[in-house]
Amino acid sequence: MNETMKAENPVLPYLRQDRLPHIWCPGCGIGSTVNCFARALTESKLDLDKVAIVSGIGCTGRVAGYMNLDSFHTTHGRAIPFATGLKLGNPSLKVVVYSGDGDLFAIGGNHFVHAARRNMDLTVICINNGTYGMTGGQVAPTTPLGATQTTMPYGNFEPSFNLPFLAEACGAVYVSRWTVFHVRQLIRSMREGLAKRGFSFIEILAPCPTLYSRRNKLGDGVDQVKYYKERSTIKDGADTREVGLTFQGDIVVGKFVDRERPTWLDAMTRHYTSVINDYQGVGHAED
Amino acid sequence: MSETPQAKGKGTVFVRIEVCKGCSYCIDFCPTKCLAFSKEFNAKGYHYPVLTKPEACVGCDMCGLYCPDFAIFGIRLKDLEKAQQK
Amino acid sequence: MKADPKGVLTGIHFIDGDHAACEGALAAGCRFIAGYPITPSTEVVERFAQRIPHIGGIFIQMEDEIASSIAIQGAMWAGKKVMTVTSGPGLSLMMEHIGLAAFTEVPCVFVDVQRGGPSTGLPTLPAQADMMQVKWGSHGDYEIIALSPNSPQESFDLMIKAFNLSETFRVPVFFMMDEVVGHMVERVAIPEASKIEITERRWSKKKPGEYKPYEAGPDMVPDLVKAGDGHRIHITGLTHDERGYPALNAAAQKKLVERLLNKIRLRKDELVDVRQDGVEGAEVVVVSFGITSRVAQAAVEEARRKGVKVGHLRLVICWPFPAALIAELSERVKAFVVPELNMGQMVLEVERAVLGRAAVVSIPHPGGTVHEPQVILDKILAASGKGAPAPQRAVR
Repeated sequence: MNETMKAENPVLPYLRQDRLPHIWCPGCGIGSTVNCFARALTESKLDLDKVAIVSGIGCTGRVAGYMNLDSFHTTHGRAIPFATGLKLGNPSLKVVVYSGDGDLFAIGGNHFVHAARRNMDLTVICINNGTYGMTGGQVAPTTPLGATQTTMPYGNFEPSFNLPFLAEACGAVYVSRWTVFHVRQLIRSMREGLAKRGFSFIEILAPCPTLYSRRNKLGDGVDQVKYYKERSTIKDGADTREVGLTFQGDIVVGKFVDRERPTWLDAMTRHYTSVINDYQGVGHAED
Repeated sequence: MSETPQAKGKGTVFVRIEVCKGCSYCIDFCPTKCLAFSKEFNAKGYHYPVLTKPEACVGCDMCGLYCPDFAIFGIRLKDLEKAQQK
Repeated sequence: MKADPKGVLTGIHFIDGDHAACEGALAAGCRFIAGYPITPSTEVVERFAQRIPHIGGIFIQMEDEIASSIAIQGAMWAGKKVMTVTSGPGLSLMMEHIGLAAFTEVPCVFVDVQRGGPSTGLPTLPAQADMMQVKWGSHGDYEIIALSPNSPQESFDLMIKAFNLSETFRVPVFFMMDEVVGHMVERVAIPEASKIEITERRWSKKKPGEYKPYEAGPDMVPDLVKAGDGHRIHITGLTHDERGYPALNAAAQKKLVERLLNKIRLRKDELVDVRQDGVEGAEVVVVSFGITSRVAQAAVEEARRKGVKVGHLRLVICWPFPAALIAELSERVKAFVVPELNMGQMVLEVERAVLGRAAVVSIPHPGGTVHEPQVILDKILAASGKGAPAPQRAVR
């Protein structure tokens, strides 16, 4: 091999390189998921000019700003309703929501519930680090019982959400969970989520070394990923009622739900076509 | 700019030393354990990965998938040679 | 450009203000509404839900007003002309996204069919008490435009103007109706599409790579592109530079916030829209807007029969407030009389413009019904010196 051979990191063309380096802490898992997302985009063979990414607020909310796509960094908790408008405004777009657990399930929980119920054609990727990283490590609706957070200084006594169960119950047609350790599986899952027509939901457990791991004396980011490696079991098709998370306990990962339901747009189009003689469609030039 | 790679096995890695934050994901999760921390610091004060067992590297790019800072990636030598012809 | 005939229901109709507002939006090219039911505004979205499948477009009833007020912004970035519709409690929920629309320069229309407040207040009864909220309700400094129709016909006509202004200035425009205008049924004449002038979106002609989302020319308003056209735009509610990238520093904040204010403030002469009746030579001028203007007109005419030189100045565009015009009048008139269905909101703007050069008489009303014309008449007479002396404003 020639010593002067050069090659570019294959993820860089997917990023706004003029915005790097990113803001994420050493050992934060969000960047790893971005690698997987870039690979999934490659494998999906989508026209990237037709892919839009929408984020809310928080550490994961910054993902939209780093992706070299049409990208929208919206308000806290409201990425899903923004994405709903974007998708319905131009159904030829592939719209991805990429946001954190606090954003999507605390302040934004109601929007998640309804977008899943409607089967809005969105790919929702949730980075679950169990905490509010951007604001300094407060308790989240995903913080496991017993974990310490700045606003649960004596340990969390609130039960946490089991996100895959919630997503399935609300009507999501594709539900999976992986961790930052499971990069290959995550790429496949993101590719499947992008290809799925309807509301797909991918939960990714990721370390927040600065505010979750350190406060709970769990070591660095890499130590948390080692925990994911050691305690995860892959169970495709697992009953989502059984996949709740506990503090440093066993983790069930896999593809839990893959089913068919008409999307909101498909249902509306089918219904209006059958009941309205002169139905004019959604009014988009590319219909 | 990536450092000039070493190559004795089936693959190699490229590292952008200055963007590494020393999280050690690539080192800990390398399937062939061919990476280790440098003795030197980068400008930000982090140790960065170096290919200490180049003969073991297969260019699988797991390091590239794990790296949260887009600082390292792996490539198979045959793909690297193809890339030079483009 | 002319209106798309598909959305124009040309003819003479006998409909209420809510329905007329919907027809105005359709004529203006609105093809996407996200809304949430709230009295007394709901008829607007009910009509849109019925009409839009025959025209081509989308109505979606969202889970709340927070969702509605950002779903429309998503649809705008997909290229649609958009609107949402609400009343006081819903407007309060939308505040954060009004700031987002102002900051990211999203052309859109917010309809507020005002009812008595605060809180749940009087859902089925009128007020004009959201006037300051739409101007100042979201955090930070920003500018908006607000119009106030006083009839179903104006609910149609001014709605087209509202959409056109939102496109010209790239700001959220507020359509400040009230329960009475929303529910009163009157003749509404809808012209042919070829007679309706529509302001086209300011589409950029730049190619991907050249275009910067927040690069503005001399008129301070940047051109738009839409998602999916290859520009790979980034839009953020953080303070941003011309590329749309976050720029979290004082210099970027100054540059952006000043431009957003100045694109309205430095062009406010283009945004004066008042109806004047007998203002020239008047010694007393009634300043009103919306439904109150119709009650006030009866009082003005009665005062004239009693020999008072009284003029009537109706605000069609309430924000930006026509301060220069009021200031100029204040050199010549004895008093301004300001009836409104709130406890004294727009009168504060009149006072700021008058600066003590004339008397300013507030006629507050907590809402629930409209003023008695006699109350306004008494104040006009008192202000002119022909009636009992005007009492000090009891309620501020």
